[in-house]
Amino acid sequence: MMRLLFALLALFIGPTLTMQQTFAQQAMPPAPYAYVQLEDPALEAEAAELMGTLRCLKCQSQSINDSDAPMAGDMRHQVRTRILAGESPEQIRSWLVERYGDYVSYEPEVSSTTWPLFAIPLLLLAVVGLVLMRRLGKRRSDAEEVN
Amino acid sequence: MIAELGLAALWLSTALAALQMISGAMGIRDGAASPFAIYARPAAVVQAFLAVLSFFLLLYAFAVTDLSIKLVATNSHSAKPLIYKLTGTWGNHEGSMLLWVAVLALSGGLLAGLEHRLKEKTMSATLAVQGFVAIGFYSFLLLSSNPFERLPVPAIEGGGLNPLLQDIGLAIHPPTLYIGYVGLSVAFSLAMGALITRQVTPDFAKVLRPWVLGAWVFLTFGITAGSYWAYYELGWGGWWFWDPVENASLMPWLAATALLHSVSVLAARDALRTWTIMLGVLAFSMSMLGTFLVRSGVLTSVHSFAVDPERGSFILALLGLYIGGALVIFALRAGSISEGKRFSMTSREGALVFNNVMLSAILAIVLLGTLYPLLTEAFDVRVSVGPPYFNPAGAIFAIPMFVVMAIGPLLRWKDDKPARIQFELALVASIVIAIIALVAIFGDYNVLPVLGLALAVGLGVAALLPLRGRSLRRVPVATWGMVCAHFGIAVALFGMASESAFTTERLAAVAPGDAEEVGGWTVQLESIAPVAGPNWTAIEARVLASRGGGEPTILAPQSRNFWSPPQPTSESALITRWDGQLYVVIGDQAGTDESGNPRWQLRVWWKPFVTFIWYGGLLVAFGGILSIFGRVRVDLKRRNAAARGDVRREELDALNDSGPLPEPAE
Repeated sequence: MMRLLFALLALFIGPTLTMQQTFAQQAMPPAPYAYVQLEDPALEAEAAELMGTLRCLKCQSQSINDSDAPMAGDMRHQVRTRILAGESPEQIRSWLVERYGDYVSYEPEVSSTTWPLFAIPLLLLAVVGLVLMRRLGKRRSDAEEVN
Repeated sequence: MIAELGLAALWLSTALAALQMISGAMGIRDGAASPFAIYARPAAVVQAFLAVLSFFLLLYAFAVTDLSIKLVATNSHSAKPLIYKLTGTWGNHEGSMLLWVAVLALSGGLLAGLEHRLKEKTMSATLAVQGFVAIGFYSFLLLSSNPFERLPVPAIEGGGLNPLLQDIGLAIHPPTLYIGYVGLSVAFSLAMGALITRQVTPDFAKVLRPWVLGAWVFLTFGITAGSYWAYYELGWGGWWFWDPVENASLMPWLAATALLHSVSVLAARDALRTWTIMLGVLAFSMSMLGTFLVRSGVLTSVHSFAVDPERGSFILALLGLYIGGALVIFALRAGSISEGKRFSMTSREGALVFNNVMLSAILAIVLLGTLYPLLTEAFDVRVSVGPPYFNPAGAIFAIPMFVVMAIGPLLRWKDDKPARIQFELALVASIVIAIIALVAIFGDYNVLPVLGLALAVGLGVAALLPLRGRSLRRVPVATWGMVCAHFGIAVALFGMASESAFTTERLAAVAPGDAEEVGGWTVQLESIAPVAGPNWTAIEARVLASRGGGEPTILAPQSRNFWSPPQPTSESALITRWDGQLYVVIGDQAGTDESGNPRWQLRVWWKPFVTFIWYGGLLVAFGGILSIFGRVRVDLKRRNAAARGDVRREELDALNDSGPLPEPAE
């Protein structure tokens, strides 16, 4: 009798439990900060600025701040929680880079693989200066000579 | 039948392009003397007709959803609204490449049909180059991306179009952008033609100018439209992300902007000859590079490109052939073209050269940031380059450019003294400094937006200064064009800076009845209801937004689910005011509140003056249109006057020359 009662109970409770579970999955995102801002506007601004420069790894060319992908939501939650816990944005960035590689950060750091990204603009600056000197600087003396 | 006709038209066009190339090449050697040279122009015109016909046939196949054509079956769906069936024609690789070559043929045909000002030899060379370019892209289409391929068995239903593309934006953005991209091919061919026949003269520049301006207007409009499309369609309020696809359209624009200023110097002052030719080559090279990036699949993944490299390597080969060929001709001919007239640093030419160098440098930065990640990915090192790189690196060159842009139009040609315009200089400088000080006092903002705001206002005032002290009725139309375009840049810059400095954001989970505050607006979620469209179902929110306690406006953002192909999208809802936009998006359900009511994710942004970005873009494009109109009108007037003068002189000569006189020596 007791056994039957248990079985009945199980039959009755079982579905509700699983229903609750699925409902919980749907309704309560595992990452509450994915779509909710931090209370403190200063902290939220820090988080938003950081999230705008982190790549959503499952999307094509989107930051985690601009994506509906679940992974982007999880990462937003991570960032906001860590900001709330007092970590600095740069600490969080390096933690994420350590975990996912350079690819996750839209802000390239100078390293053995990215140095041309910084060396070439410097070179460009020199070239631009040189071109302008040749084009504009010398012209004046030419014009004076001609005159 | 339709598909076969389209394919036949394409093959015929290819043959005509070959005829145009050979006939044009004959014309270079012998000029009008060659009996074979006369075919180039008609070949170009008929080719334009056939290629456009071929495109319209594909359009028709999409309109009637002809599922026996592979392209239609994979990319369309019978349940789509008609407008998206039509626009879906270019929402895929083959269709968009067909649009590309149709525009290429059309611009070649227009050039051949309308342009009679150039010397015949130069025109022949130009048409030969245009034909040569066209052959390459026809072969690409026919050999590796045939849009008219039939299925052995017609499909029962199509695969559908990416929902993000099912928007009016797809009707506007790609066609205008392509007209701009491919219109630059005419600038390329004309530059090559002038280089081959050694005719880099002010007259040539006057012929080149309307074509460059025309392509540039379309590019400007296409980029502006694309930016606004991404802004409202992607549902996160971003309008530019330095995405490689966006960069692919920005790079030709930067080159074309430099080119059109350089062409103006060549037309007005006979200076900057080699520089203009070089920019003509660069501009179309950037168009082709953009096509390669977007069409080869290299952006999705370098490795997927390496696995199926047929299309990518085809375009890459074309790219190498045309850019390499142009550079070889340039190297052979550069010695024979002198630099042209000289000028001092403080002259309008000086300012234009400075800004052309700056535009080229920005182009180099964008190119580097776009290609570098692809390069490292080939060696299995993945890096990301995004706004934190492009913004400061671009600003290094953009800020001096904006400063010189404010002053340049006030300077005189050839040589000027800065003291002459000291009032204007002082005015603009004090505006810029005052705004930097004001913004710095009232808030804590990043450096770049603050500088952008200050430069935008300074530039906006400076853009109008060339009109000072002139009778507005007598200002030439082309000058109005310049003022309008420069003012548009200031307006757009103001919008960009304001958006990045002052945007306020509110993300919250709300139950119906709850209200949120953002940027002086009260946004209340009233109710949620399901709705359905022709090929989607959606959750639609009724949102009441009121500003400062005023009358509420009803907004209806949707969270849509398309079922073919299955994909969710956010349809944002916007309120536009003169000083900004309220941007509302409804997301998924997010739990329940204390009393058990379901809550929904609501995302709201107040973006002050964000609309100025696109108003500015439109002003820039409109300035270009004014400029084309003014230039062409003045040119035609002068030509008519010159022709009338010639006739009168001949008549006078005929009257005087009653007796036989020796021919005057040349």
